[in-house]
Amino acid sequence: MSTSVIGNTHIHAGQGDGTNTTVGFWIYLMSDCLIFAVLFATFGVLAANTAGGPGAKELFDLPFVLGETMLLLVSSFTFGAAMLNLHAGRKRSVVGWLGATFVLGASFIGMEVYEFTKLIHEGATPATSAFLSAYFTLVGTHGLHVACGLLWIAIMTHQIMRHGLDGVARRRLACLSLFWHFLDLVWICVFTFVYLRGFL
Amino acid sequence: MMSADLLSPHEPASSSSHGSMKGYVVGFVLSLAITLAAFGAVMSNVVPHHMRLAIIVGLCVIQLVVQLVYFLHMGTSRDQRENTAIFLCTGLLIAIVVAGSLWVMHNANVNMMAAPMSVQQAISHE
Repeated sequence: MSTSVIGNTHIHAGQGDGTNTTVGFWIYLMSDCLIFAVLFATFGVLAANTAGGPGAKELFDLPFVLGETMLLLVSSFTFGAAMLNLHAGRKRSVVGWLGATFVLGASFIGMEVYEFTKLIHEGATPATSAFLSAYFTLVGTHGLHVACGLLWIAIMTHQIMRHGLDGVARRRLACLSLFWHFLDLVWICVFTFVYLRGFL
Repeated sequence: MMSADLLSPHEPASSSSHGSMKGYVVGFVLSLAITLAAFGAVMSNVVPHHMRLAIIVGLCVIQLVVQLVYFLHMGTSRDQRENTAIFLCTGLLIAIVVAGSLWVMHNANVNMMAAPMSVQQAISHE
């Protein structure tokens, strides 16, 4: 009894109950939000400057983008399911749902890498026009974030399997959950303002 | 107990900020419908051309709100108020940065560029 109390006070002194960590991580996400806002503004300014090169209509394939969107949307849902199982304390289900999220996110990254290599093979490189520079920077930054999220999911899966659903794992998964859902929010703006708007 | 009940009268304590399966399913189905509607508006010929931009931007904003509420559990409950306030503040900054950039650069474009120039023309100008 006394050891658990001491253990608790130790955790409280060091880390709090996790609320401060979540708020701090939320502030980081908001700064990330500003990065994306600036990249979106840049893209908005430069979208028409194709310098005689190919534009959005010649380069992009909307059904392909819809596929990418579906992968990210479903992965947001599977991560939510992982969080529900975390609160219910079901370790095996958490690992399973995290695995599903990882596969969906990795498929998204696979599709994006395929799209980028295809564009570059067609001669639409970041150096072709201001429009393509802004496009690769914006969409590439989002892809880089998703790749970091995948790495984080893999590490957390390992940590849960090794140490179980302890307070540290819960706090970190709460932050990872915010991060993953946030990336889906950014993608909503990407498919609306980069892809769909290009076809108007 | 009394004060907690008074502060959040219509929120059961069990599902305060963790969400529920029902919440995730509702959020997912709404997001799915909104995404398909946005792609449908551009890919099919149902919507007239001049209304398409307004419709996809509107659907984008709606889907952002849906996901913020159902997936990120943002709201006015006590434990979420801090996050919501920070988010609204960031939203203001984003609006200033994005709208300001587009406005200023559009004016610069209109007032300073007589004719669009290709790369070859620009190079031969130098």
